Amino acid sequence: MKNIFSAIKLTTLCLIFFSAIYPLAITVIAQFAPGKGRGETVELNGKIVGFQKIGQTFNNENYFWGRPSAAGYNAASGSGSNKGPSNPDYLKDVQVRVDTFLLRHPYLSKQEIPTEMVTASGSGLDPHISPQAALVQVKRVAQARNIPETRLIRLIEQHTEKPLLSLFGPSKVNVLELNIALDQASPQPSPKEREQ
Amino acid sequence: MNTEILGIVVMFFMTVVLAVPLGKYIAKIYAGEQTFLDPIFNPIEHFFFKISGIDPSEEMNWKQHLYALLTINLLWFFLCFFILMNQGWLPLNPDKNPSMSPDLAFNTTISFLVNCDLQSYSGETGISYLGQIAGLMFFMFVSAGTGMAACAMVFNAMKERQTEQLGNFYNYFLKSCTRVLFPISFIAAIVLIFNGVPMTWEGKAHHTSLQGTSMDVSRGPAAAFIAIKQCATNGGGFFGTNSAHPLENPTYLTNAVECILIFLIPIAMVFALGHYLSRKKLAWMVLGVMTIGFIILVVPAVVQEMKGNSAITSMGIDQTRGSMEGKETRIGSAASGFWTIVTTVTSNGSANCMLDSLTPLTGGLAMLGMMINSLYGGVGVGFLNFYVFIILAVFISGLMVGRTPEFLGKKVEAREVKIAAIVAILHPLMILTGTALASYFTAHDTAMGYWFNGKASGWLGNPGYHGFSEMLYQFTSSAANNGSGFAGLSANNPFWNISTGIIMIFTRYIPIIGPLAIAGLLAQKKYIPESSGTLQTDTSIFGTMVFVVILIIAALSFFPALALGPFAEYFTLIS
Repeated sequence: MKNIFSAIKLTTLCLIFFSAIYPLAITVIAQFAPGKGRGETVELNGKIVGFQKIGQTFNNENYFWGRPSAAGYNAASGSGSNKGPSNPDYLKDVQVRVDTFLLRHPYLSKQEIPTEMVTASGSGLDPHISPQAALVQVKRVAQARNIPETRLIRLIEQHTEKPLLSLFGPSKVNVLELNIALDQASPQPSPKEREQ
Repeated sequence: MNTEILGIVVMFFMTVVLAVPLGKYIAKIYAGEQTFLDPIFNPIEHFFFKISGIDPSEEMNWKQHLYALLTINLLWFFLCFFILMNQGWLPLNPDKNPSMSPDLAFNTTISFLVNCDLQSYSGETGISYLGQIAGLMFFMFVSAGTGMAACAMVFNAMKERQTEQLGNFYNYFLKSCTRVLFPISFIAAIVLIFNGVPMTWEGKAHHTSLQGTSMDVSRGPAAAFIAIKQCATNGGGFFGTNSAHPLENPTYLTNAVECILIFLIPIAMVFALGHYLSRKKLAWMVLGVMTIGFIILVVPAVVQEMKGNSAITSMGIDQTRGSMEGKETRIGSAASGFWTIVTTVTSNGSANCMLDSLTPLTGGLAMLGMMINSLYGGVGVGFLNFYVFIILAVFISGLMVGRTPEFLGKKVEAREVKIAAIVAILHPLMILTGTALASYFTAHDTAMGYWFNGKASGWLGNPGYHGFSEMLYQFTSSAANNGSGFAGLSANNPFWNISTGIIMIFTRYIPIIGPLAIAGLLAQKKYIPESSGTLQTDTSIFGTMVFVVILIIAALSFFPALALGPFAEYFTLIS
């Protein structure tokens, strides 16, 4: 019996230490971190338009697109497709994505489509694409916005994040930040104004 | 060299380099020697023991260890089960998530209690912050502390003496939590918050996206949770998509830090063994066998993921970035393949990509890692599993050279070998029985009634060989204390929640009870000093022997099942 009471008391103390003191201490320290531990937001014209690390749906002609998402970029419930590599339905989906991408980028050949643009990300919220995947979209965005391609290419170069210390991991482009920079460079009517 | 490959090579070497001093530090803690953190933790632990009425210097025999361990574990079960069943009305629930159903609460409580962290719910919608922090994160500390305390007792029993006195369970347990897990988590959590992982008690954030649609973003006190989840081989995600979620693992740097944390303590425990017993050669033998096994699994996995899905290649799509289905751009295919093997050879189970979408061989290798379950293994329990293989290897080698088998000066006799054999057989028995049962229902498309809403084949997320792999993976992961999953499988229903829950209980406690009993029994025996006729257990020959025993047990028991699932899928894809 003594054993059980000791166990109860030890459990209570551990609960206070590991589930209250520890997370509260980290919460306090988080106040000094960027975004104060609430997630870093990004703004356009003083309005919050998203979280830096969370991808968004982009399918308009005048934006760079992110990756396909099995969750439709629902950041309240992210998910991957969980489709197996040999699943015939899945392979049909990929084929449809390839065809759609070619239709919207008629100047491309199949071999030029980067794989991440036709495969769904793990989280369904992937904020990045490879620089190559941004470059293949330049012509479309340039036509839609009526700005020179060279300017877009420079914008992509500015927003390309190098591998860690230029040594480790892949290079990438944050699609949301690229599109915000795009809106700043060539302002577009907001969706509401366009409807009017 | 390719930056993706360079990244994973550095991750591996960083881990080993950090594990050396950490192992020495852990050995000092279990030996009761002075360490630099004494001024902080001595008063705290003294206070804990005084209030609880525990004398940490009271020596226990192996049965008393086991009694203390099982009692406190049972107590924890009731605590968490209550929270999860009632989280809907309890505080710290800003997103108004509902209470769990009884079968889901049973599965989740067991799963985190036993350090497995199989998840049938999704973090964003299925659990409150109270459940995450006071239920699951609490378990992340104490379940790992339990495994490490059991391992510490086995270390103690391996000393060169004859005794029943094997240290104090509570002492080993609390010190593992406060002096090893807590400082590492604390530092890691700080690194994570400064790299974009949230640590807030506010609920979802709401805003309008750039294209003008309404968006909700789930957040929470994630950084503290993720730090301990990774370093204590727990692996349960704060968010549904685990470490693939950009708020759990926002950058390549956090990915490297988290990946290192996964196998840091498991490797450090091997160095701790060497220091604790002053048998460095033995530790190197153990580490060597584990590392060779790890490399055999990890190299083909990374190669396969970087090569991409051959079905997509044949569509004419460029796959220089590898197989990207279910993977994140910032992490890439190499680091995803690497993480997948790291997380399955240790019993962590966190995932930075969707495992269900891995290329077939990588999925199979991940399963093989869990089937062996002792290449590094979980914190504490990984070595316990390896210990069982050592006992079997000692026995077989003893028979081969015609001498009484001995391990570290103790005679290994029938009783110990029987226990070791039971523990070794339990693992395949649980996995294969479970898979056979589920496959039977699927093949007959049985109407499942209470157990599953609809016919059995409805729980599969993918058809064919891959569907079989999903079921095999789920039971393997439950039995290996891993908790990762082929998430296409619909696992949140009474059939899967209860069957895997029961398997998790058996495969956690029997592999702890067995080695504790063997070590306790051996410690009571007379110590025989080494002579020229003693079987040397710290040599490469003995290491090879252990490796062969592992290979035979894992390969013989699991090869047929692997051939039906991942291997069959691999050959259909390349043909």
